[in-house]
Amino acid sequence: MKRRHLLATAALGLGLVTSGAAMAQDKTKACWVYVGPIGDLGWSYQHHQGLLAVEAAYGDKVETAYQESVPEGADAERVLTQMALSGCDIIFTTSFGYMDATNAVAAKFPDVKFEHATGFKREHPNVSTYNARFYEGRAVMGTIAGRMTKSNKIGYIGSFPIPEVVQGINASFIHAKKVNPAVEIKVVWAYTWFDPAKEADAAKALIEQGVDVILAHTDSTAPLAEAQKTPGVIGFGQASDMIDYAPSPRVSSIIDNWAPYYVKQVGAVMDGTWAQTDTWAGIGDGEVEIGAITEAVPAEVKAEAEALAASIASGAYHPFTGPLKKQDGSDWLAEGAVADDGTLAGMNFFVEGIEGEIPK
Amino acid sequence: MMFGGIDPTLLIASLMVASVPIMLAAIGELVVEKAGVLNLGVEGMMIMGAVVGFVAAVKTGSPVLGFLGGAAGGACLALVFAFLTQFLLANQVATGLALTLFGLGLSSLIGQSFVGQRPPLTGDVPFGPLADLPVLGRILFQHDSLVYVSILAVAAVWAVLKFTRLGLILRAVGESHEAAHALGYKVRRIRVLAILFGGAMAGLGGAYLSLIRVPQWTDGITAGAGWIALAIVVFASWKPWRVLLGAYLFGGITVLQLNLQAAGAKIPVEYLSMSPYLITILVLVIMSSGRGKAALNAPASLGQNFHAAR
Amino acid sequence: MLTLEKRPSPSVFWSRATPLLAVALTMVAGGLMFAILGKNPLEAIRTIFWDPLFGEFAWYLRGQLLVKAGPLILIAVGLSLGFRAGIWNIGAEGQYIMGAIFGAAVGLAVFPTENRLIYPVMVLAGALGGWIWAMIPAILKTRFNTNEILVSLMLVYVAQTVLAMAATRFLRNPEGAGFPGSRNFSSFPAAANPELIAGSGLHWGGVAALATVVAAYVLLQRHILGFHIKLSGQAPRAARYAGVSPNRLVVLCMGIAGALAGVAGLFEVTGPAGQITIDFNVGYGFTAIIVAFLGRLNPLGILLAGLLMALTYIGGEMASTNLGLPSAAIQAFQGMLLFFLLACDVLTNFRIRFTKRESA
Repeated sequence: MKRRHLLATAALGLGLVTSGAAMAQDKTKACWVYVGPIGDLGWSYQHHQGLLAVEAAYGDKVETAYQESVPEGADAERVLTQMALSGCDIIFTTSFGYMDATNAVAAKFPDVKFEHATGFKREHPNVSTYNARFYEGRAVMGTIAGRMTKSNKIGYIGSFPIPEVVQGINASFIHAKKVNPAVEIKVVWAYTWFDPAKEADAAKALIEQGVDVILAHTDSTAPLAEAQKTPGVIGFGQASDMIDYAPSPRVSSIIDNWAPYYVKQVGAVMDGTWAQTDTWAGIGDGEVEIGAITEAVPAEVKAEAEALAASIASGAYHPFTGPLKKQDGSDWLAEGAVADDGTLAGMNFFVEGIEGEIPK
Repeated sequence: MMFGGIDPTLLIASLMVASVPIMLAAIGELVVEKAGVLNLGVEGMMIMGAVVGFVAAVKTGSPVLGFLGGAAGGACLALVFAFLTQFLLANQVATGLALTLFGLGLSSLIGQSFVGQRPPLTGDVPFGPLADLPVLGRILFQHDSLVYVSILAVAAVWAVLKFTRLGLILRAVGESHEAAHALGYKVRRIRVLAILFGGAMAGLGGAYLSLIRVPQWTDGITAGAGWIALAIVVFASWKPWRVLLGAYLFGGITVLQLNLQAAGAKIPVEYLSMSPYLITILVLVIMSSGRGKAALNAPASLGQNFHAAR
Repeated sequence: MLTLEKRPSPSVFWSRATPLLAVALTMVAGGLMFAILGKNPLEAIRTIFWDPLFGEFAWYLRGQLLVKAGPLILIAVGLSLGFRAGIWNIGAEGQYIMGAIFGAAVGLAVFPTENRLIYPVMVLAGALGGWIWAMIPAILKTRFNTNEILVSLMLVYVAQTVLAMAATRFLRNPEGAGFPGSRNFSSFPAAANPELIAGSGLHWGGVAALATVVAAYVLLQRHILGFHIKLSGQAPRAARYAGVSPNRLVVLCMGIAGALAGVAGLFEVTGPAGQITIDFNVGYGFTAIIVAFLGRLNPLGILLAGLLMALTYIGGEMASTNLGLPSAAIQAFQGMLLFFLLACDVLTNFRIRFTKRESA
């Protein structure tokens, strides 16, 4: 009996919300959940820029709300439920760890649209997933790195050994090697997404190992600041443009630009055309942007990098095109073959030529 | 000279820099604990120092004012702790933890409009020809001034505790506040001053992070350094020079593990990643079992509040 | 000049009234902060303290209070025993993580077997995991006199690395497309910890928390061990004369706290959190220390303190999404609440007197 009663109350609550939303039809409410503070100047900051773009695009027709620093797991599920209850029409969950919570809450609120970043589960018709092909940007960075290194050693600061990071390391290395066969890559795993002091230490360790180009897949500008201390060492902006460090050490950057996607999806909710999708967009869609290449890079290298970016954008070239071998020497892609998205999404191996192992 | 692909000269030079924030915060906390007060809010005071120091440096364009601001920021937060624990006799452990929570929140509010800005640069101390000495020059004479300040701070705390009347009073207060009170010392005043000193040093350590080590302001920039500083005081068994040792050991292993990774050492990354903590435990076990007294060195009144009956 | 005069015995009136006074003062000070931030203070205060309990969605949020308070109470009760005896375990966060890993590992090892015994065994494994992690500082303390504060704290960081290993390696979901994180227990009924009454938020962790409060109350009031714990804290020498072995007490208190933190982790990972992830832990182990002291190390007090803490979390989240308050403001607000609670405690034990003479 008790169970019935509570369920009925829950249903009543839901009913109230949907009717409430129907009455306030003129305004669409879009909501975001961030894993870090918007002041992180990296991942969450860029998603928040997307929110601001939505506000700018639709003005009074849209209402926004967000919640920062939401831990993955139980707290995420509660925050999502609260958002759905309080009348959000579309909710963007911007971290991989929200995957199961997003699907669980989506089951209870069929009228609310859910958009989960970087995941792969779409268990209900009201859940879409979206991600960016960061590795496309990494390929361009790798080309610049391969051309610019004088010591033939490039360094990579990885956060955790997960597919997205492994893709980035492989894409950077393949393209550095392509323009400079003598190049080596040294990988340091920081085991954190965000710890500026540790990231700086990692960059320093790499520099002391003779590395003169640093790529980072952690979220702070600390590696760039560290690179600045040693003349001749360059690096790249990550997640946001980090233009303050231009023209050197920041010679270019890979920018997560979620704004076009957010504007499009919120628009789709407003005109009633929203449908479930799985978006994995890259340079071509403007979701991965290459920040301005500075004058510290010779003109011909800049032209080469820009040409690569253009051919990736147009779809003429895929950064993972065979012939490619895995680290152990076994064949992966035959001549001309292109990696499929499934393999990429679960990538857990290095390509041939990279020293060291992926922790596993 | 290279060992396993790592240049020890560079390694030592790096660890001296990496250890500065935890060393400054730890030597401050050591004084606090010597006076018999346990302030677990080091992380909160550090991050307040980081943000206030950053704001001061950006606004004035002077790194020196930035560091003074950082120390002041840490001390201000410490003042809250001092008021609660010394005047209202609140529980020290809980107040310290609340201080960290409050500091993390407040620092983020203060820093909101400073995210992404860059502080004025702090240069290295010009030692002239000394800096060009082989090996020693790199290790000893090519650092920013705070590296030397941190070592001097350890030396000063050691000297004051050991040789001066002030040090004697401080220790007396920490060992037995009743006796110290009976002797006519102002227990509360001394403790408040010690707490403020601890806050200022933690703030200075935080400012080092935001002004030199990183250098920028982002939320949560201290990322747990305050907790490590607390652990180092215990590790040092409340002896100043061992704070230096502990900070260098911890900073050194942290830097070393990253260097080993960069040099391609064949040790699983996770074990390297947890090694600073495990080795710190190991060294403490050896120290405490060897002499048998290390853990007993804690000030006798540590964590107890004092209320003078008359 | 104000001075404090110790009461012969704690005031019953003030021990009841101070929490209310503290909350009232926090509302004033916090309201001021919210006003400075440009928000309506009354609305913010109402959203934090009133809405989760009596607002429109209270039917959902009241249950969530239990979800949030459960682990805090479980851990805090365990810690309070040690704190009373002067044993400083501040590494409950690590014990919580290890409990979750041990318990989850047992469950995942037998996936997808369905058997009624699986869950109880997992709970035991969770307790064991936390217990083992607490035994390290306990044994080092009794054998080598190593300070337990340092060891238990350092082991938190070690546990976090083990957690990252579990999520990316040995407990990773084989069907998770290479992404970090274990299987979700919600799809493995024999090992899951679902809501016992739908919509109530009550799961086995909440039941265990309430049972632990009662058990600890009885232990402290009626059992000889409880007497020994209290005696050791108040008069260590007298305790030794009374035949209390300090080493035995360290092992017992640390063990109980570790086991309770471990089961808290297990209940959380199999229930609200759902799976092992890299950032599974959200700081309950540290927050529980505050809860223990707010509750004056008394089981019933801890129960109330845990619920109050949970209220500020949930109300804070609501204020954040609905009113756009930065989450940092909520954190600062929580800090203020703790300051006032701790400060007002003085009235319980002391009388405030006006005197003319300046005091020492």
